[in-house]
Amino acid sequence: MSVVFFAIAAILVISGGVGVVAARNIVYAALSLLIAMVGTAGIFLIGLAEFLALVQLLIYGGAVVIVILFSLMLTRIQEFEFLTANKHWPIALIVAMCLLGLLIISILIEDSTTTTMGSTNITELGLSLFKDWAIPFELASLVLLIALIGAVVVVRTDNEEDR
Amino acid sequence: MSLAEIIGLFLKASLLLAFIFIVVLILTLAERKALARIQQRKGPNRVGFKGILQPFADALKLLTKEDILPASANKRIFWVAPLAVFLPGFLIWVTIPLAKDVVLANLDMGLFYITAISVLSVMGLLMAGWGSANKWAMIGGLRAAGQLISYEIPFIMAILSIGILAQSFNLKEIVDDQARWPFAIKQPLGLFIFLTAGLAELGRTPFDIHHAESEVVGGPFVEYSGAHWSVFYLAEYMNTFTIAVLTVLLFLGGWQSPTLPFSGTVHTVASLSWFLIKTALVIWVIFWIRGTYPRLRIDQLMSFGWKILVPASFINIFLTASVLYYALPDWVITVVSFGFIGAIFYFIRRGSLAGNKQDTVKIIKTSDIRAQLSNGAEV
Repeated sequence: MSVVFFAIAAILVISGGVGVVAARNIVYAALSLLIAMVGTAGIFLIGLAEFLALVQLLIYGGAVVIVILFSLMLTRIQEFEFLTANKHWPIALIVAMCLLGLLIISILIEDSTTTTMGSTNITELGLSLFKDWAIPFELASLVLLIALIGAVVVVRTDNEEDR
Repeated sequence: MSLAEIIGLFLKASLLLAFIFIVVLILTLAERKALARIQQRKGPNRVGFKGILQPFADALKLLTKEDILPASANKRIFWVAPLAVFLPGFLIWVTIPLAKDVVLANLDMGLFYITAISVLSVMGLLMAGWGSANKWAMIGGLRAAGQLISYEIPFIMAILSIGILAQSFNLKEIVDDQARWPFAIKQPLGLFIFLTAGLAELGRTPFDIHHAESEVVGGPFVEYSGAHWSVFYLAEYMNTFTIAVLTVLLFLGGWQSPTLPFSGTVHTVASLSWFLIKTALVIWVIFWIRGTYPRLRIDQLMSFGWKILVPASFINIFLTASVLYYALPDWVITVVSFGFIGAIFYFIRRGSLAGNKQDTVKIIKTSDIRAQLSNGAEV
């Protein structure tokens, strides 16, 4: 049964991914990204990582894609035509090949061990996040804060009339 | 998972869908009647006894109406958008319990699931706005996205503070935790934030700026008609019901508080009725707010969200966590929460007074006129 679900999720991810690069309309590309993200959440779900699946939906499906769409719709769409021209495909190909090689190597090196099925214990997750991994967690929040301040600095103008 | 189980789940989901359809039919009539009562009208009173069949007439009209596709609209996105709004709202219902054992799937991370899924409905509104190829729809869609993203933060934070208080994300455990005291008493600030942000998530008055008729015509729904528009309508009322149900589950003790003394089937029926009575009360409050408050302006909406609700929700979560960590008694949260609610209302009042000096309109009371008339003065 899980094979069927995996097939559905995989089709979603692959078709979404192809849609992102192949779509001529940039809004279609953003919506394809959403489909790919939902498919990824499905794959996490099959891997019994419920928490990760929900975080995937919340952060990528809910926030990131919406912000992308929001910014697309607020900017003039004519300026984005060069994005769909796919001029930089050789560089993208090299990067994608490197990533693929890395993934294949890591799969070959790592022994595939099957872990026993267990529900996500959210209490343990919280404890390990705030005790063992407290500093990386805080650093991650610092990165977000810097991005936020950066956005304000970029957007803000000192011109009185623009306010 | 066998075939029989899948068919069983499918049947249960259909039953749930039918239940929600019936609730929506009742809610549309109830809202019109409630608003009519507030505005001293009779409301719908022609179809059936005292207008009781009005929702069926409305549904029939919507389904037989022509479904118009605007010439320059993006066909695929335009048709998918209503579904993209409805589906997340319906998926939430998978984990919402109506009584102790009346639930499709009791997830351990139920609350987190609800927050994660509900976020996706913003996408549908954006798609509707963009796909319609209409500037009002476009502006409405962007307004919806901005508003919903802003108010998601206090909404999720209020939910999280309940998770901290109950030490669980399982909705059943949260309800059982309120057997003695509902969380509304322990956390009034949380209830205030949740209900306010919930109303904003619904896009109901006073937070309906994304489909404000006087500003953006009908917002993202302006080009829709017939069956597709009715899906949006359905989603709106379903989400109203969801927010009311969540308020009851998280803050008013669900089918608990007090724990009902029965057992077996009687207990299920009694707790279901008790739960639905509470939900009806919350829904009445929502209608009441709609009937009495004017619409906010978009800048007021944004500043209220970011300057008042977001800090208040952070304070709420910090307060709950520190009271639990230092093992202080629960009434500390209550007292401090009421203090903060008072502060919020003070700021709102001061802000609204600072904006206008109230010297543009002279208020004339009828009693003054009568007094002047009796004094022989000409008015």
